[in-house]
Amino acid sequence: MNANDYFSILQGALLTVSLSIVSLIIGIPLGLGLALIRWAKLPLLKDLAHVYVNLIRSCPTVTLVLLIYYALPEFGVSLNPLPAAVLALTLSTTAFNCEVWRSALVEFPKDQLDAAYALGLNQINRMRLIVFPQIWRASLPGLFNEITLQIKSTPAVAVIGIVEITRAALRVGSNTYEPLPPFIFALLIYSAIVFVFLKLQKYFELQMKEKGYL
Amino acid sequence: MNDFAIIWSHRDSVWVGLLNTLVLIVLSGAISIAVGLLLTPVLVGSHKMLAKMVQFYVDAMRCVPFLLFVYLIYFGLPSAGLRLSNWAAGALALVLYNSAYMAELLRGAWLELPASILDSGRSFGFTGWGLLRHIMVTPMLIRALPMIGNQLIQILKDSAFLTVIAVKELTHELNGIQSTYFIPFASFITALILYWIVCMVMEAMMGSFEQFAASRRP
Repeated sequence: MNANDYFSILQGALLTVSLSIVSLIIGIPLGLGLALIRWAKLPLLKDLAHVYVNLIRSCPTVTLVLLIYYALPEFGVSLNPLPAAVLALTLSTTAFNCEVWRSALVEFPKDQLDAAYALGLNQINRMRLIVFPQIWRASLPGLFNEITLQIKSTPAVAVIGIVEITRAALRVGSNTYEPLPPFIFALLIYSAIVFVFLKLQKYFELQMKEKGYL
Repeated sequence: MNDFAIIWSHRDSVWVGLLNTLVLIVLSGAISIAVGLLLTPVLVGSHKMLAKMVQFYVDAMRCVPFLLFVYLIYFGLPSAGLRLSNWAAGALALVLYNSAYMAELLRGAWLELPASILDSGRSFGFTGWGLLRHIMVTPMLIRALPMIGNQLIQILKDSAFLTVIAVKELTHELNGIQSTYFIPFASFITALILYWIVCMVMEAMMGSFEQFAASRRP
Protein backbone atom coordinates (compact mmCIF):
# COMPACT_ATOMS: atom_id res chain seq x y z
CA MET A 1 0.00 0.00 0.00
CA ASN A 2 1.37 3.42 -0.93
CA ALA A 3 0.38 6.88 0.24
CA ASN A 4 -2.18 7.14 -2.51
CA ASP A 5 -3.98 4.02 -1.29
CA TYR A 6 -4.11 5.32 2.25
CA PHE A 7 -5.43 8.60 0.95
CA SER A 8 -8.19 6.96 -1.08
CA ILE A 9 -9.39 5.00 1.95
CA LEU A 10 -9.35 8.20 4.00
CA GLN A 11 -11.43 9.89 1.31
CA GLY A 12 -13.85 6.97 1.43
CA ALA A 13 -14.16 7.38 5.19
CA LEU A 14 -14.92 11.07 4.77
CA LEU A 15 -17.60 10.31 2.19
CA THR A 16 -19.20 7.72 4.46
CA VAL A 17 -19.32 10.06 7.42
CA SER A 18 -20.64 12.95 5.30
CA LEU A 19 -23.40 10.69 3.97
CA SER A 20 -24.49 9.77 7.47
CA ILE A 21 -24.34 13.37 8.65
CA VAL A 22 -26.44 14.61 5.72
CA SER A 23 -29.02 11.89 6.38
CA LEU A 24 -29.07 12.78 10.08
CA ILE A 25 -29.48 16.51 9.41
CA ILE A 26 -32.56 15.73 7.33
CA GLY A 27 -33.76 12.79 9.37
CA ILE A 28 -33.73 14.20 12.90
CA PRO A 29 -36.25 17.04 12.19
CA LEU A 30 -38.33 14.71 10.00
CA GLY A 31 -38.42 12.22 12.85
CA LEU A 32 -39.65 14.99 15.14
CA GLY A 33 -42.38 15.78 12.62
CA LEU A 34 -43.50 12.15 12.51
CA ALA A 35 -43.39 11.90 16.28
CA LEU A 36 -45.56 15.02 16.58
CA ILE A 37 -48.03 13.51 14.10
CA ARG A 38 -48.27 10.37 16.19
CA TRP A 39 -48.40 12.38 19.42
CA ALA A 40 -51.19 14.64 18.17
CA LYS A 41 -53.06 11.50 17.02
CA LEU A 42 -53.91 12.96 13.63
CA PRO A 43 -56.37 10.55 12.01
CA LEU A 44 -54.98 8.27 9.28
CA LEU A 45 -51.62 10.09 9.26
CA LYS A 46 -50.74 8.62 12.64
CA ASP A 47 -51.47 5.11 11.38
CA LEU A 48 -49.38 5.67 8.27
CA ALA A 49 -46.53 6.95 10.42
CA HIS A 50 -46.90 3.93 12.69
CA VAL A 51 -46.69 1.43 9.82
CA TYR A 52 -43.76 3.32 8.29
CA VAL A 53 -41.78 3.36 11.52
CA ASN A 54 -42.45 -0.31 12.21
CA LEU A 55 -41.57 -1.46 8.72
CA ILE A 56 -38.40 0.55 8.41
CA ARG A 57 -37.15 -0.27 11.88
CA SER A 58 -37.25 -3.97 11.13
CA CYS A 59 -35.60 -3.60 7.72
CA PRO A 60 -31.84 -4.11 7.34
CA THR A 61 -30.11 -1.03 5.90
CA VAL A 62 -28.58 -3.07 3.08
CA THR A 63 -31.99 -4.27 1.95
CA LEU A 64 -33.44 -0.78 2.11
CA VAL A 65 -30.56 0.68 0.09
CA LEU A 66 -30.98 -2.02 -2.56
CA LEU A 67 -34.74 -1.44 -2.65
CA ILE A 68 -34.43 2.31 -3.13
CA TYR A 69 -31.69 2.10 -5.72
CA TYR A 70 -33.07 -0.70 -7.88
CA ALA A 71 -36.82 -0.34 -7.44
CA LEU A 72 -37.36 3.41 -7.89
CA PRO A 73 -36.54 3.30 -11.63
CA GLU A 74 -39.54 0.95 -12.01
CA PHE A 75 -41.67 3.95 -11.05
CA GLY A 76 -39.86 6.28 -13.41
CA VAL A 77 -37.61 7.84 -10.77
CA SER A 78 -34.03 7.11 -11.64
CA LEU A 79 -31.60 8.19 -8.94
CA ASN A 80 -27.84 8.22 -9.03
CA PRO A 81 -26.19 6.14 -6.32
CA LEU A 82 -25.41 9.13 -4.09
CA PRO A 83 -28.95 10.60 -3.87
CA ALA A 84 -30.34 7.06 -3.58
CA ALA A 85 -28.01 6.40 -0.66
CA VAL A 86 -28.96 9.63 1.08
CA LEU A 87 -32.65 8.85 0.55
CA ALA A 88 -32.35 5.33 1.94
CA LEU A 89 -30.27 6.43 4.92
CA THR A 90 -32.67 9.29 5.66
CA LEU A 91 -35.71 7.02 5.46
CA SER A 92 -34.05 4.67 7.89
CA THR A 93 -32.82 7.21 10.43
CA THR A 94 -36.12 9.12 10.37
CA ALA A 95 -37.94 6.06 11.66
CA PHE A 96 -35.49 5.59 14.53
CA ASN A 97 -35.43 9.27 15.42
CA CYS A 98 -39.21 9.32 15.43
CA GLU A 99 -39.17 6.70 18.17
CA VAL A 100 -36.64 8.66 20.22
CA TRP A 101 -38.66 11.87 20.00
CA ARG A 102 -41.91 10.05 20.60
CA SER A 103 -40.77 8.40 23.80
CA ALA A 104 -39.82 11.85 25.11
CA LEU A 105 -43.20 13.24 24.04
CA VAL A 106 -45.14 10.39 25.61
CA GLU A 107 -43.43 10.97 28.92
CA PHE A 108 -44.03 14.71 28.79
CA PRO A 109 -46.17 15.65 31.82
CA LYS A 110 -49.71 16.56 30.81
CA ASP A 111 -50.18 19.08 33.63
CA GLN A 112 -47.54 21.35 32.12
CA LEU A 113 -49.51 21.48 28.90
CA ASP A 114 -52.65 22.28 30.86
CA ALA A 115 -50.83 24.99 32.76
CA ALA A 116 -49.56 26.52 29.51
CA TYR A 117 -53.08 26.37 28.16
CA ALA A 118 -54.41 28.10 31.29
CA LEU A 119 -51.82 30.86 30.86
CA GLY A 120 -53.29 31.51 27.45
CA LEU A 121 -50.33 30.41 25.34
CA ASN A 122 -51.38 29.49 21.84
CA GLN A 123 -50.44 26.19 20.20
CA ILE A 124 -47.21 27.45 18.64
CA ASN A 125 -45.95 29.09 21.80
CA ARG A 126 -46.92 26.05 23.86
CA MET A 127 -44.73 23.90 21.68
CA ARG A 128 -41.93 26.42 21.33
CA LEU A 129 -41.64 27.56 24.93
CA ILE A 130 -42.85 24.65 27.01
CA VAL A 131 -42.68 21.33 25.18
CA PHE A 132 -39.74 21.56 22.84
CA PRO A 133 -37.01 22.75 25.26
CA GLN A 134 -37.81 19.83 27.52
CA ILE A 135 -38.22 16.99 25.02
CA TRP A 136 -35.04 18.16 23.34
CA ARG A 137 -33.08 17.50 26.51
CA ALA A 138 -34.84 14.23 27.17
CA SER A 139 -34.14 13.05 23.62
CA LEU A 140 -30.49 14.00 23.43
CA PRO A 141 -29.01 10.72 24.72
CA GLY A 142 -31.27 8.71 22.42
CA LEU A 143 -30.44 10.91 19.45
CA PHE A 144 -26.73 10.59 20.09
CA ASN A 145 -27.10 6.86 20.31
CA GLU A 146 -28.87 6.89 16.95
CA ILE A 147 -26.13 9.08 15.45
CA THR A 148 -23.44 6.53 16.28
CA LEU A 149 -25.65 3.67 15.08
CA GLN A 150 -26.24 5.52 11.82
CA ILE A 151 -22.54 6.17 11.30
CA LYS A 152 -21.91 2.48 11.88
CA SER A 153 -24.56 1.33 9.41
CA THR A 154 -23.71 3.78 6.62
CA PRO A 155 -21.09 1.49 4.98
CA ALA A 156 -24.15 -0.47 3.78
CA VAL A 157 -24.37 1.93 0.83
CA ALA A 158 -21.30 0.18 -0.60
CA VAL A 159 -23.67 -2.39 -2.11
CA ILE A 160 -24.83 0.09 -4.75
CA GLY A 161 -21.30 0.93 -5.80
CA ILE A 162 -20.58 4.15 -3.93
CA VAL A 163 -16.86 4.37 -3.32
CA GLU A 164 -17.16 4.87 0.39
CA ILE A 165 -14.77 3.40 2.91
CA THR A 166 -15.56 -0.29 2.25
CA ARG A 167 -15.38 0.00 -1.52
CA ALA A 168 -12.23 2.06 -1.32
CA ALA A 169 -10.60 -0.62 0.82
CA LEU A 170 -11.81 -3.40 -1.50
CA ARG A 171 -10.42 -1.54 -4.48
CA VAL A 172 -7.01 -1.06 -2.89
CA GLY A 173 -7.04 -4.71 -1.88
CA SER A 174 -7.71 -5.91 -5.40
CA ASN A 175 -5.01 -3.63 -6.81
CA THR A 176 -2.33 -4.74 -4.40
CA TYR A 177 -3.48 -8.39 -4.13
CA GLU A 178 -3.39 -7.98 -0.38
CA PRO A 179 -6.93 -7.55 0.89
CA LEU A 180 -6.14 -7.50 4.59
CA PRO A 181 -4.00 -4.35 5.14
CA PRO A 182 -6.47 -1.91 3.55
CA PHE A 183 -9.26 -3.33 5.71
CA ILE A 184 -7.24 -3.04 8.87
CA PHE A 185 -6.45 0.55 7.97
CA ALA A 186 -10.10 1.26 7.12
CA LEU A 187 -11.22 -0.27 10.40
CA LEU A 188 -8.74 1.80 12.36
CA ILE A 189 -9.88 5.11 10.83
CA TYR A 190 -13.53 4.27 11.10
CA SER A 191 -13.28 3.06 14.68
CA ALA A 192 -11.48 6.27 15.54
CA ILE A 193 -14.38 8.27 14.08
CA VAL A 194 -17.03 6.25 15.91
CA PHE A 195 -14.92 6.43 19.07
CA VAL A 196 -14.93 10.23 18.90
CA PHE A 197 -18.72 10.20 18.64
CA LEU A 198 -19.06 7.78 21.55
CA LYS A 199 -16.83 10.04 23.65
CA LEU A 200 -18.88 13.09 22.60
CA GLN A 201 -22.01 11.24 23.68
CA LYS A 202 -20.51 10.49 27.10
CA TYR A 203 -19.34 14.11 27.42
CA PHE A 204 -22.76 15.53 26.57
CA GLU A 205 -24.50 13.20 28.98
CA LEU A 206 -22.11 14.25 31.73
CA GLN A 207 -22.73 17.92 30.95
CA MET A 208 -26.47 17.39 31.05
CA LYS A 209 -26.18 15.58 34.35
CA GLU A 210 -24.10 18.38 35.85
CA LYS A 211 -26.68 20.92 34.79
CA GLY A 212 -29.36 18.71 36.28
CA TYR A 213 -31.25 18.18 33.04
CA LEU A 214 -31.12 14.40 33.18
CA MET B 1 -48.53 -8.54 -9.81
CA ASN B 2 -46.86 -10.67 -12.43
CA ASP B 3 -43.58 -9.89 -10.70
CA PHE B 4 -44.79 -11.43 -7.47
CA ALA B 5 -45.83 -14.54 -9.41
CA ILE B 6 -42.20 -14.91 -10.52
CA ILE B 7 -41.09 -14.69 -6.92
CA TRP B 8 -43.71 -17.22 -5.93
CA SER B 9 -42.36 -19.60 -8.56
CA HIS B 10 -38.96 -19.21 -6.91
CA ARG B 11 -40.32 -19.70 -3.42
CA ASP B 12 -37.85 -22.50 -2.77
CA SER B 13 -34.86 -20.17 -2.98
CA VAL B 14 -36.68 -17.50 -0.95
CA TRP B 15 -37.32 -20.22 1.61
CA VAL B 16 -33.64 -21.18 1.63
CA GLY B 17 -32.75 -17.53 2.22
CA LEU B 18 -35.29 -17.13 5.00
CA LEU B 19 -34.18 -20.36 6.62
CA ASN B 20 -30.52 -19.33 6.47
CA THR B 21 -31.34 -15.97 8.01
CA LEU B 22 -33.33 -17.65 10.78
CA VAL B 23 -30.61 -20.22 11.47
CA LEU B 24 -27.99 -17.45 11.56
CA ILE B 25 -30.08 -15.45 14.04
CA VAL B 26 -30.83 -18.38 16.35
CA LEU B 27 -27.32 -19.82 16.22
CA SER B 28 -25.35 -16.61 16.62
CA GLY B 29 -27.93 -15.22 19.07
CA ALA B 30 -27.63 -18.27 21.32
CA ILE B 31 -23.84 -18.46 21.14
CA SER B 32 -23.35 -14.75 21.72
CA ILE B 33 -25.66 -14.79 24.75
CA ALA B 34 -23.62 -17.70 26.12
CA VAL B 35 -20.30 -15.97 25.44
CA GLY B 36 -21.72 -12.75 26.88
CA LEU B 37 -22.68 -14.64 30.05
CA LEU B 38 -19.13 -15.94 30.33
CA LEU B 39 -17.56 -12.52 29.73
CA THR B 40 -19.78 -10.56 32.11
CA PRO B 41 -18.33 -11.90 35.38
CA VAL B 42 -14.86 -11.14 33.99
CA LEU B 43 -15.94 -7.58 33.16
CA VAL B 44 -17.19 -6.91 36.68
CA GLY B 45 -14.65 -9.22 38.31
CA SER B 46 -11.71 -8.43 40.50
CA HIS B 47 -9.03 -9.52 38.04
CA LYS B 48 -8.17 -6.07 36.68
CA MET B 49 -5.94 -7.19 33.83
CA LEU B 50 -8.46 -9.66 32.42
CA ALA B 51 -11.30 -7.16 32.87
CA LYS B 52 -9.32 -4.55 30.94
CA MET B 53 -8.69 -6.95 28.08
CA VAL B 54 -12.34 -7.96 27.79
CA GLN B 55 -13.39 -4.33 28.05
CA PHE B 56 -11.04 -3.50 25.19
CA TYR B 57 -12.62 -6.21 23.04
CA VAL B 58 -16.12 -4.95 23.88
CA ASP B 59 -15.22 -1.32 23.15
CA ALA B 60 -13.47 -2.25 19.92
CA MET B 61 -16.52 -4.10 18.63
CA ARG B 62 -18.76 -1.19 19.55
CA CYS B 63 -16.64 1.17 17.45
CA VAL B 64 -16.44 -1.04 14.38
CA PRO B 65 -19.09 -1.03 11.65
CA PHE B 66 -20.28 -4.57 11.01
CA LEU B 67 -19.72 -4.50 7.24
CA LEU B 68 -16.01 -3.72 7.64
CA PHE B 69 -15.75 -6.35 10.35
CA VAL B 70 -17.25 -8.99 8.02
CA TYR B 71 -14.61 -8.24 5.41
CA LEU B 72 -11.90 -8.32 8.04
CA ILE B 73 -12.94 -11.80 9.16
CA TYR B 74 -13.46 -12.97 5.60
CA PHE B 75 -10.07 -11.83 4.35
CA GLY B 76 -8.26 -12.18 7.65
CA LEU B 77 -9.00 -15.80 8.47
CA PRO B 78 -7.16 -17.27 5.46
CA SER B 79 -4.12 -15.17 6.38
CA ALA B 80 -4.30 -16.70 9.83
CA GLY B 81 -4.32 -20.13 8.21
CA LEU B 82 -8.02 -20.82 8.84
CA ARG B 83 -10.12 -21.80 5.84
CA LEU B 84 -13.82 -21.45 6.54
CA SER B 85 -16.77 -21.51 4.18
CA ASN B 86 -18.47 -18.17 3.55
CA TRP B 87 -21.37 -19.24 5.72
CA ALA B 88 -19.14 -20.20 8.63
CA ALA B 89 -17.08 -17.02 8.28
CA GLY B 90 -20.29 -14.97 8.30
CA ALA B 91 -21.65 -16.78 11.34
CA LEU B 92 -18.31 -16.33 13.12
CA ALA B 93 -18.40 -12.58 12.38
CA LEU B 94 -21.93 -12.34 13.76
CA VAL B 95 -20.95 -14.22 16.91
CA LEU B 96 -17.74 -12.28 17.57
CA TYR B 97 -19.47 -8.95 16.96
CA ASN B 98 -22.61 -9.55 18.96
CA SER B 99 -20.98 -11.33 21.90
CA ALA B 100 -19.40 -8.00 22.79
CA TYR B 101 -22.77 -6.25 22.76
CA MET B 102 -24.36 -9.04 24.80
CA ALA B 103 -21.53 -8.87 27.35
CA GLU B 104 -21.99 -5.12 27.63
CA LEU B 105 -25.74 -5.23 28.17
CA LEU B 106 -25.49 -8.15 30.58
CA ARG B 107 -22.89 -6.17 32.51
CA GLY B 108 -25.44 -3.38 32.79
CA ALA B 109 -28.00 -5.85 34.11
CA TRP B 110 -25.48 -7.28 36.58
CA LEU B 111 -24.66 -3.85 37.97
CA GLU B 112 -28.36 -3.10 38.41
CA LEU B 113 -28.95 -6.26 40.45
CA PRO B 114 -29.53 -5.52 44.12
CA ALA B 115 -26.43 -6.37 46.15
CA SER B 116 -28.60 -8.39 48.53
CA ILE B 117 -28.96 -11.19 45.95
CA LEU B 118 -25.20 -11.62 45.74
CA ASP B 119 -24.79 -11.34 49.51
CA SER B 120 -27.49 -13.84 50.37
CA GLY B 121 -26.11 -16.22 47.75
CA ARG B 122 -22.69 -15.95 49.37
CA SER B 123 -24.08 -16.45 52.85
CA PHE B 124 -25.70 -19.67 51.67
CA GLY B 125 -22.23 -20.84 50.75
CA PHE B 126 -22.33 -20.35 46.99
CA THR B 127 -19.04 -19.26 45.50
CA GLY B 128 -17.56 -18.77 42.04
CA TRP B 129 -19.18 -20.83 39.34
CA GLY B 130 -22.01 -22.09 41.56
CA LEU B 131 -22.88 -18.59 42.66
CA LEU B 132 -22.99 -17.54 39.04
CA ARG B 133 -25.03 -20.46 37.80
CA HIS B 134 -27.54 -20.84 40.60
CA ILE B 135 -27.96 -17.29 41.84
CA MET B 136 -26.92 -14.63 39.37
CA VAL B 137 -27.81 -15.86 35.90
CA THR B 138 -31.59 -15.98 36.14
CA PRO B 139 -32.29 -12.51 37.57
CA MET B 140 -29.62 -11.07 35.27
CA LEU B 141 -31.19 -12.59 32.17
CA ILE B 142 -34.68 -11.51 33.24
CA ARG B 143 -33.50 -7.96 33.74
CA ALA B 144 -31.67 -7.89 30.43
CA LEU B 145 -34.50 -9.52 28.47
CA PRO B 146 -35.82 -6.42 26.65
CA MET B 147 -32.31 -5.40 25.63
CA ILE B 148 -31.47 -8.94 24.52
CA GLY B 149 -34.59 -8.78 22.33
CA ASN B 150 -33.36 -5.56 20.76
CA GLN B 151 -29.95 -7.08 20.16
CA LEU B 152 -31.49 -10.15 18.49
CA ILE B 153 -33.27 -7.80 16.08
CA GLN B 154 -29.92 -6.11 15.52
CA ILE B 155 -28.48 -9.54 14.63
CA LEU B 156 -31.28 -9.98 12.08
CA LYS B 157 -30.30 -6.69 10.50
CA ASP B 158 -26.59 -7.45 10.62
CA SER B 159 -27.20 -10.79 8.94
CA ALA B 160 -28.27 -8.94 5.77
CA PHE B 161 -24.72 -7.57 5.49
CA LEU B 162 -23.48 -11.10 4.93
CA THR B 163 -24.78 -10.84 1.36
CA VAL B 164 -21.47 -9.12 0.52
CA ILE B 165 -19.58 -12.35 1.12
CA ALA B 166 -22.27 -14.36 -0.72
CA VAL B 167 -23.87 -16.03 2.27
CA LYS B 168 -27.22 -17.32 1.01
CA GLU B 169 -29.39 -15.32 3.38
CA LEU B 170 -32.68 -13.60 2.55
CA THR B 171 -31.34 -10.41 0.98
CA HIS B 172 -28.83 -12.37 -1.07
CA GLU B 173 -31.40 -14.79 -2.48
CA LEU B 174 -33.88 -12.04 -3.38
CA ASN B 175 -31.13 -9.94 -4.89
CA GLY B 176 -30.32 -12.96 -7.04
CA ILE B 177 -33.92 -13.25 -8.25
CA GLN B 178 -34.02 -9.50 -8.78
CA SER B 179 -30.98 -9.46 -11.02
CA THR B 180 -32.14 -12.46 -13.06
CA TYR B 181 -35.64 -11.21 -13.85
CA PHE B 182 -35.20 -7.45 -13.32
CA ILE B 183 -37.98 -7.25 -10.78
CA PRO B 184 -36.30 -5.20 -8.05
CA PHE B 185 -39.44 -3.78 -6.46
CA ALA B 186 -41.24 -7.08 -5.98
CA SER B 187 -38.06 -8.82 -4.75
CA PHE B 188 -36.99 -6.30 -2.17
CA ILE B 189 -40.51 -5.61 -0.96
CA THR B 190 -40.83 -9.35 -0.38
CA ALA B 191 -37.58 -9.28 1.57
CA LEU B 192 -38.72 -6.26 3.58
CA ILE B 193 -42.05 -7.86 4.48
CA LEU B 194 -40.43 -11.16 5.42
CA TYR B 195 -37.97 -9.32 7.68
CA TRP B 196 -40.89 -7.47 9.18
CA ILE B 197 -42.75 -10.71 9.92
CA VAL B 198 -39.65 -12.26 11.50
CA CYS B 199 -39.21 -9.17 13.66
CA MET B 200 -42.83 -9.26 14.78
CA VAL B 201 -42.58 -12.94 15.66
CA MET B 202 -39.38 -12.24 17.61
CA GLU B 203 -41.02 -9.38 19.46
CA ALA B 204 -44.05 -11.51 20.30
CA MET B 205 -41.76 -14.27 21.59
CA MET B 206 -39.77 -11.82 23.70
CA GLY B 207 -43.07 -10.39 24.99
CA SER B 208 -44.31 -13.76 26.16
CA PHE B 209 -40.90 -14.52 27.70
CA GLU B 210 -41.13 -11.27 29.60
CA GLN B 211 -44.62 -12.09 30.79
CA PHE B 212 -43.44 -15.49 31.93
CA ALA B 213 -40.51 -13.83 33.71
CA ALA B 214 -42.81 -11.27 35.31
CA SER B 215 -45.09 -14.02 36.61
CA ARG B 216 -42.09 -15.81 38.16
CA ARG B 217 -40.67 -12.68 39.74
CA PRO B 218 -40.87 -12.90 43.53
